[in-house]
Amino acid sequence: MPCVADWLNNPFSIVQGIFAQNVPNSDWEKKVTEYFKEKLKENNATNWVPSLNDVPVHYLKPNSLVKFRCMVQDMFDPEFYMGVYETVDPNTNARVLHFGKYRDVAECGPQQEIDLNSSQTVTSERQTFYCVPVPGESAWVKEAYISASQARVSPSTSYTPSRHKRSYEEDEDMDLHPSKQKEQHMGNSGGDIHGCVEPKRLETEASAGHHLISPNCSPPLDLNFPLPGEKGPACLVKVYESWDSFKVNDVLEVYGILSVDPVLSIVNNEERDSSALDPMECMDTAEEQRVHSPPASLVPRIHVILAQKLQHINPLLPACLNEEESKTFVSNFMSELSPVRAELLGFLTHALLGDSLAAEYLILHLISTVYARRDVLPLGKFTVNLSGCPRNSIFTEHIYRIIQQLVPASYRLQMTIENMNHSRFIPHKDYAANRLVSGVLQLASNTSLVVDETQLEQGQLDTTGVHNVTALGNLITWQKVDYDFNYHQMEFPCNINVLITSEGRSLLPSDCQVHLQPQIIPPNMEEYMNSLLTAVLPSVLNKFRIYLSLLRLLDYSISDEVTKAVEEDFVEMRKNDPESITADDLHRTLLVARFLSLSAGQTTLSRERWLRAKQLEALRKARLQQQKCVNGNEL
Amino acid sequence: MSSPVSTPSRRRGGKRGRGSNPPTPQDARSPPSQKRRTEESTSTGDLQPMPTSPPADLQSPSGPDALFSSPPQFRHAAIPLDFDISSPLTYGTPSSRVEGTPRSGVRGTPVRQRPDLGSARKARQVDLHSDGLAEDVVATEQSLGQKLVIWGTDVNVASCKEKFQKFLQRFIDPLAKEDEDIGLDLNEPRYMQRLEEINMVGEPFLNVNCDHLRSFDENLYRQLICYPQEVIPTFDMAVNEIFFDRYPDSILEHQIQVRPYNALKTRNMRSLNPEDIDQLITISGMVIRSSQLIPEMQEAFFKCQVCAFTTRVEIDRGRIAEPSVCKNCNTTHSMALIHNRSMFSDKQMIKLQESPEDMPAGQTPHTVALFAHNDLVDKVQPGDRVNVTGIYRAVPIRVNPRISNVKSVYKTHIDVIHYRKTDAKRLHGVDEETEQKMFAEERVEMLKELSKKADIYERLSSALAPSIYEHEDIKKGILLQLFGGSRKDFTRTGRGNFRAEINILLCGDPGTSKSQLLQYVYNLVPRGQYTSGKGSSAVGLTAYVMKDPETRQLVLQTGALVLSDNGICCIDEFDKMNESTRSVLHEVMEQQTLSIAKAGIICQLNARTSILAAANPIESQWNPKKTTIENIQLPHTLLSRFDLIFLMLDPRDEAYDRRLARHLVSLYYQSEEKMEEEYMDMAVLRDYIAYARSYVNPRLSEEASQALIEAYVDMRKIGSGRGMVSAYPRQLESLIRLAEAHAKVRFSEKVETIDVEEAKRLHREALKQSATDPRTGIVDISILTTGMSATARKRKEELAQALRKLIQSKGKTPALKYQQLFDDLRAQSDTAVTKEMFEEALRALADDDFLTVTGKTVRLL
Repeated sequence: MPCVADWLNNPFSIVQGIFAQNVPNSDWEKKVTEYFKEKLKENNATNWVPSLNDVPVHYLKPNSLVKFRCMVQDMFDPEFYMGVYETVDPNTNARVLHFGKYRDVAECGPQQEIDLNSSQTVTSERQTFYCVPVPGESAWVKEAYISASQARVSPSTSYTPSRHKRSYEEDEDMDLHPSKQKEQHMGNSGGDIHGCVEPKRLETEASAGHHLISPNCSPPLDLNFPLPGEKGPACLVKVYESWDSFKVNDVLEVYGILSVDPVLSIVNNEERDSSALDPMECMDTAEEQRVHSPPASLVPRIHVILAQKLQHINPLLPACLNEEESKTFVSNFMSELSPVRAELLGFLTHALLGDSLAAEYLILHLISTVYARRDVLPLGKFTVNLSGCPRNSIFTEHIYRIIQQLVPASYRLQMTIENMNHSRFIPHKDYAANRLVSGVLQLASNTSLVVDETQLEQGQLDTTGVHNVTALGNLITWQKVDYDFNYHQMEFPCNINVLITSEGRSLLPSDCQVHLQPQIIPPNMEEYMNSLLTAVLPSVLNKFRIYLSLLRLLDYSISDEVTKAVEEDFVEMRKNDPESITADDLHRTLLVARFLSLSAGQTTLSRERWLRAKQLEALRKARLQQQKCVNGNEL
Repeated sequence: MSSPVSTPSRRRGGKRGRGSNPPTPQDARSPPSQKRRTEESTSTGDLQPMPTSPPADLQSPSGPDALFSSPPQFRHAAIPLDFDISSPLTYGTPSSRVEGTPRSGVRGTPVRQRPDLGSARKARQVDLHSDGLAEDVVATEQSLGQKLVIWGTDVNVASCKEKFQKFLQRFIDPLAKEDEDIGLDLNEPRYMQRLEEINMVGEPFLNVNCDHLRSFDENLYRQLICYPQEVIPTFDMAVNEIFFDRYPDSILEHQIQVRPYNALKTRNMRSLNPEDIDQLITISGMVIRSSQLIPEMQEAFFKCQVCAFTTRVEIDRGRIAEPSVCKNCNTTHSMALIHNRSMFSDKQMIKLQESPEDMPAGQTPHTVALFAHNDLVDKVQPGDRVNVTGIYRAVPIRVNPRISNVKSVYKTHIDVIHYRKTDAKRLHGVDEETEQKMFAEERVEMLKELSKKADIYERLSSALAPSIYEHEDIKKGILLQLFGGSRKDFTRTGRGNFRAEINILLCGDPGTSKSQLLQYVYNLVPRGQYTSGKGSSAVGLTAYVMKDPETRQLVLQTGALVLSDNGICCIDEFDKMNESTRSVLHEVMEQQTLSIAKAGIICQLNARTSILAAANPIESQWNPKKTTIENIQLPHTLLSRFDLIFLMLDPRDEAYDRRLARHLVSLYYQSEEKMEEEYMDMAVLRDYIAYARSYVNPRLSEEASQALIEAYVDMRKIGSGRGMVSAYPRQLESLIRLAEAHAKVRFSEKVETIDVEEAKRLHREALKQSATDPRTGIVDISILTTGMSATARKRKEELAQALRKLIQSKGKTPALKYQQLFDDLRAQSDTAVTKEMFEEALRALADDDFLTVTGKTVRLL
């Protein structure tokens, strides 16, 4: 266990040291990043850095090194700051050079003044991102990151790393995700624990809401989370390097210096008071002020030293899959892939009331990802419409809960008239506050969006409702969301897995409709579904999670030989039944074949898989046909 | 990291502050008051210090104590007592308001402050020799004996002025062809004519195109860009001298102000960086918000409470140096501010947002704050696209006046000097020449090279929507639509503009990637609009009048069709559009205009848009036994306005299936890079089209016209043999447009026979698909023009006659049972008679006043 190091608790002293050594030339900046890069490479060093995701801001020491796993929600304008400045002591005329990088406030001693006209001043530029925690991040992801973290915040603060202090959130996680110490008593009362989860969650959300509203700021500051009921700190991330490479909705992990200087909050009030005097400072409206420099206690600042885009947020997988060590991890996992797949299939079959075909399609859906775009056409999206769901919401809710347990990020969209008419789906630009107001469809890549259409009743959609449905349709068909910039729209590509549960055929477009055929009708749906999750060993559950995240990242190809075979097949099929086989069917079968191969860990298409894909499709279609007949007879 | 070695702003003097020990303000300031005077008498003889001005540049006697709120480092000359017109130092001091002198001539016309230049800031001049800094300065003008430069710059006021005067007097624009040149004699010095205009109109602003200045004097241009704050006042002086020399009797509101624009450093907002601070820049963007008018104090008026002595204090960087001692009676703290005698100027804060075209994908747009002053206030409205020329500023933010800590961030803004709206033309449709996209030379070369390839037409059409398989002819049609025909103007002969745009309708089975094709086109063209027939109303397509909630003003909001002027409007689900919405398309598709008469606004807007529409058959699957009209249920009046109507059907053909399969499979494993190699880049295609659209304007050659005539005659002939018309003048126009577009594809200025051949082929192809009579298998244009094929019309006639005979044969019965009659007719006829046909026949007879149908009975008349 390394001792509490300076670079963690007082990174400024390190920066100051490097700055002082290299001052005349400007490569001190490079050296600083290199230094921290080296430090973080050390054995598990990243785990020692406290994370804003799991430690409340007020427990963290200001100006210490922290990390934050987040999604870029908005990008503010670049700002110019004093990279290097000089202070003068008016009495002695002694001049001292300081660096302004990684700081919000240019500091100087009590007896000193900043010389704004000094020739040594260097003006530099940095970019501010408004970041929020990854929307819809599953509880198990948070939990796993917390348990991996070894950060101990220095004892000088009131923070003690005792578990019970760490918010309700974790307790809830413990219930949902049984960890080892709980396993013993799980055996006897498994079902009950889960029964009480729901009320508890509501309570947590309510209290989180209160928490946000209470501090100093009279009308509550909207922290602009894309999804309702989200919590966790929003953060102003100041990026010093290559900010052009980041995009809105990217998921980042940043390491940087935490700044919660109370002065930042004073700035607001002062500016507002003095604005009458100083016309320079009244150029922003009060709203813009509030949004762009919110109180630091609520929205802390992070001055980034290192930032990286994350391929995925699954804590069970190595962060970067291209490295040597992770390759062994991958190959180890691939070798035992088939039992995992079989178990997962079994698990999902149970969850889908014994329907193994639907379970098969669900697996394919969960590992689908947009891997390329051909002009406007996104390739690799696989939206499944699970029709024939029982009308009571218990089933769809539990299906969502199971998916939540399997994927790192997800959201359940209840498609009620009320919801469609009143919630905001498309992010739009608020020009008064100069920010992008988030909407439900602003999600990070590979988020699972479960649209529950069983809740939809007859009723009138208003303008917002129509827009929302259109946006949802566009998202499914083109995998893009048109953000509303008032004077124009801007297209943001996305990569979201959409699963639609409905009674009949969904009114939304989908790539593939699977009609559920329950084999068992459990007398008590609630109990049945609850027992499913508790029956799975946590280690097995973890394997499922690795399985689903990993297979998404694999490459895939089709050999010439198989291409020929597929061609022959298609021609043959068209000959026999030109009415029912179209190019769309071929598209779909190819997709199914792709994911089928990948789900078995194969990166090329084999003849067998192709046949299996065709077989699956045939089964699925037969069901739809059957369904039509049934309906026809009824009518 | 933008720049580790970023240069500080001029004020901080890092880059240009020569030497390590710049003179302290005191040193720098005291000598120049003398020097300046000498300089001015040598160079500009007619300019003397204002007689009414108080003595020169005196240090305020009360010294530092007098300045009570200004920050310590700026303690100097808070009470400017000097007015010296030749020097930018105190240029624009309002104390020059001269009363009593005749209001003419340079001396009589008041100087208006230029808040846009930040006149509050004091520049200092440095005598090069006395400071021993001459080595650093490129002092080419030394011969004139002037050694003064403005402190921190290499600008020599006198020579700068002289050069600018030369520029004004001599500059003739060699490439003059600008929209604003109307009424100017291109062979006379351009700016002298402008001055004449000022004399006549009385608007004391001179707009100077920086590009002109650059071509005239590179160095002067550089100085203007780098030190606008010092150079522009110098320009002002120069202009005023010339102006009042020429027009001594001219009376202006205030002295002429120079407004440079189009600084060649025109940039994207994203590329602004710290090096641009305090420089002259031009950026483009869209106004998203403008503040209310802010009165900004320029000059404070103080009155002593004791002895009523009054004094004026200029604002220095937003602060008033309140005099603490009355200079008359020496009472301390007796001076009080008199608001209504102070001077204020107008100011407005405007937010400018990056234009969407400049933005990299996946990022949000940047914004920048602008400050507009005086008459530039309220010149732009939110939503306007403007090019702004101004000075980029950065101001440090003080955390708290009582704490010495400073927030390490600067606030940035641009002081606007000149606005230029970029989209004003869109609605009024001035010539498009000014909208021409600029192409780099290499790019043009590359495009021209490409155009010489023999298979360019095929190449381009295959580059179009590569993910959509085959449908070659449709892609070719769309390609020609993208290029468009040549615009012809027949206004003089009274026919108005001929449509140059090609309209295309795609109809066919659902799931034949029609929408995808539309999406692709919409993404390809810069001014594309995409709407769905289901969701759009007539108002959404055309324009509507809205009351602005703030100003209560009526505003015309334009819809998709107007917005896609000179572009393509893609309408999906055309068949789902309701009747009234579709009716507005009639005007657009032929006349290319939109007439609005709403809420007192009557106008005609240009909507020179091509329409690419997609329609689904009415019974979800295309019925090959029916005609196009019957399948999509669109009025033939609208259909005949489409140049090309394509059917996108699912071909049932083994070879096709095989190719399709191969194509699709390849989609599913090729990596992204490989795909890009295979096809022409979308960007190249876009540039190719843009270039052809703006630079190539083909005319018909002799042979081509001959070929067109033949083609048309042939088309008419086909039908005439069977007693029907198979072509109308509209078809001829379509042919011409298609041929022109094809010539454009080849970058050819002449339409030749091959173009006509291809146009004919494509037209025939489209006709074959859409105007084939399903009963006879003959191409019959009347399906599209009248909605019914000639044979169908004949059959209808025959049936009516048969019915009449039937009824007559029944003898004198006044009334017949409907069902009975129908059954009888069916029994008699040798072909199947449907209920619809029967009803049609009845209606035809009713029209002839032979019978009436009331409910279930048919009465004879």
